[in-house]
Amino acid sequence: MQQTVAATSTQAPPTGERIRASSLGDRIFEGLCTGAGYLVLLTLGAIIVTLFVGALPAFERYGAGFIWSTEWNPVEDHREAYGGAVAIFGTIVSAILAIVFAVPVAFGIAFYLTELAPSWLKRPVGTAIELLAAVPSIIYGMWGLFVVVPFVQMNIQLTFGEALAALPLVGFIFETTNFAGTSLFTASLVLAIMILPFIAATMRDVFEQVPPVYKESAYGVGATRWEVVSKVVIPYTRISVVGGIMLGLGRALGETMAVTFVIGNANRMPNSIFDASTTIASVVAMEFPESLAGSLKQSSLFALGFLLFLISFIVLATSRWLLRSRLK
Amino acid sequence: MNRRTLLLGTGAALAAPIVLTHRVALAQQATITGAGATFPRPVYERWGTQAREAAGIQLNYQSIGSGGGINQITNRTVDFGATDAPLSADQLRERNLLQFPTVMGSVVLIVNLPGVADNALRLTPELVADIFLGKITRWSDARIAETNREIRIPNLPISVAYRADASGTTSVFTNYLSRVSTEWQQGPGAGTSVRWPVGNGARGNEGVSNAIRNTPGAIGYTENAYATVNRLITTQLRNKAGRFVQPVMASFQAAAAQADWNRPGFAADLIDLNGENTWPIVAPTFILLPTNPVADRVAGSRATMRFFDWAFRSGAQAATSLEYIPVPGTVHDAVRAAWAEQVRGPGGERLWPVAG
Repeated sequence: MQQTVAATSTQAPPTGERIRASSLGDRIFEGLCTGAGYLVLLTLGAIIVTLFVGALPAFERYGAGFIWSTEWNPVEDHREAYGGAVAIFGTIVSAILAIVFAVPVAFGIAFYLTELAPSWLKRPVGTAIELLAAVPSIIYGMWGLFVVVPFVQMNIQLTFGEALAALPLVGFIFETTNFAGTSLFTASLVLAIMILPFIAATMRDVFEQVPPVYKESAYGVGATRWEVVSKVVIPYTRISVVGGIMLGLGRALGETMAVTFVIGNANRMPNSIFDASTTIASVVAMEFPESLAGSLKQSSLFALGFLLFLISFIVLATSRWLLRSRLK
Repeated sequence: MNRRTLLLGTGAALAAPIVLTHRVALAQQATITGAGATFPRPVYERWGTQAREAAGIQLNYQSIGSGGGINQITNRTVDFGATDAPLSADQLRERNLLQFPTVMGSVVLIVNLPGVADNALRLTPELVADIFLGKITRWSDARIAETNREIRIPNLPISVAYRADASGTTSVFTNYLSRVSTEWQQGPGAGTSVRWPVGNGARGNEGVSNAIRNTPGAIGYTENAYATVNRLITTQLRNKAGRFVQPVMASFQAAAAQADWNRPGFAADLIDLNGENTWPIVAPTFILLPTNPVADRVAGSRATMRFFDWAFRSGAQAATSLEYIPVPGTVHDAVRAAWAEQVRGPGGERLWPVAG
């Protein structure tokens, strides 16, 4: 009896002096953490404001016409005119083409890793894909310039170019007088390799999230492996897969160095995918150092930067929204 | 406690001579910061290395591009700016800057034509303009063959390569094209970057030369210094006197000798000059110095003038070995006179000649 009382009394909450949560150290720590949190919002806001203020003279001068004018002439006299259409077109087309090239391969990788690969191989291949994502973009740029450009020039354009251009209906997409190898197509190819790991890793992760019971039931009723993937896995993960693709698209849109090396940097509307073109990021990187502070040219570069920010923001916001169920 | 005093004492004793030598070094070594043009970077760097020993001036030069150099010197964040395209008298007055030339450089055409030797291909100004306008698209064109009867030119499509980054080299080359072709003048025009009718852009001299090396049938332009160091295949060009000249030092110097420096801001124009042996694409590069340096930049301005004074006296050999053309001695004297006349400290005192 006595012992029980003693035992219960030891379990009672301690009544001594506690360090109160509002002590100075805690408050400083709380303040710092809150500050760090707000800093992110502030930085983002500051970037948008800076870009917009810098871009204001160009928007005032050209209005919304800036977006669809193809005229980009930096010669400082009566000719001076700026429009972003070529760069915007180049940015979007190169990113979309990159997605077209990358998605089938990424699907193959994810399919192989989740369904076909022997388990001892899954980890090394998975790690290799993640390492591919860690290669700096300047390396892709150099590799693109010294390997992909001559390859496209010699083995694609000079070999198949004329045959492709002779195709009915779609031939015009391939018809060109540009034989330098640097083109919209080459840029998309390099971009595709750069964004491949992001898409493949997302796809693999979401494929693995499919509850085994669904797949096992499908196998149980006699479905083939392809039927399981196309009728069960893909419908189940469809939205997350699109989200992963948008993530890759977001990276492709903003890529600068690698694209600059291989796209040909021509501010002309391309007539074919083998023509040289340019992207927003590449125009800004090329022209900014020589633009005078406060000039219309610099303002137009800010305007392009602002538009790129908007495009990337929309794409990334869409991907977050589509992936929301998985990211919770 | 005892040990700490001992340590402190030793530290002070050790530090004293360091402080002293440091102070002496400061008195000898002045550090100046400049930013701007990429075109003269090699020669400024060479001068910087030599002047550290010879004149006791440490140069920190950032080749961020002429536009960036103009921006930085306008905001007075550097001691001097460097630009390839000269500023007009109005722009100089507005920004309170003094402009003077340092060296001249030339732009050459480079090609990749299998079987055609260095300096063998002959081009006329009309051919160059029409190639860059996209009106001549194959090397087998009759007009090219006409001026090149002695050599065999492969039948290839012409691939034009240009500088994608805005650059002084492009400014010099497009100025030349505007001078020799009305169509170019009224079309793309001249500037650090223009709207090229045809071709591919590459980044920097190395990008252009790489694009040309990779593509049979390519043609582009680059600074002569870069072409020489990398042994690129250059071409002859017909000058105003109607003679085909090779891009060699003698023809650059022939152009330099014709220059008229009596212009506001020493903005001599060396494009397409008369003369038997002149290479038609030569241009000076300039330094921008504040005429009213703020108090804490006075020392930097003085050291900048000392640096270029040294370079004018002893830098010619370094410039020539890097394929630049030094400006003549008469110009040096005129520049020194301008320093004495125009550059004033906050109290209105002259900053040149530097006392001592």
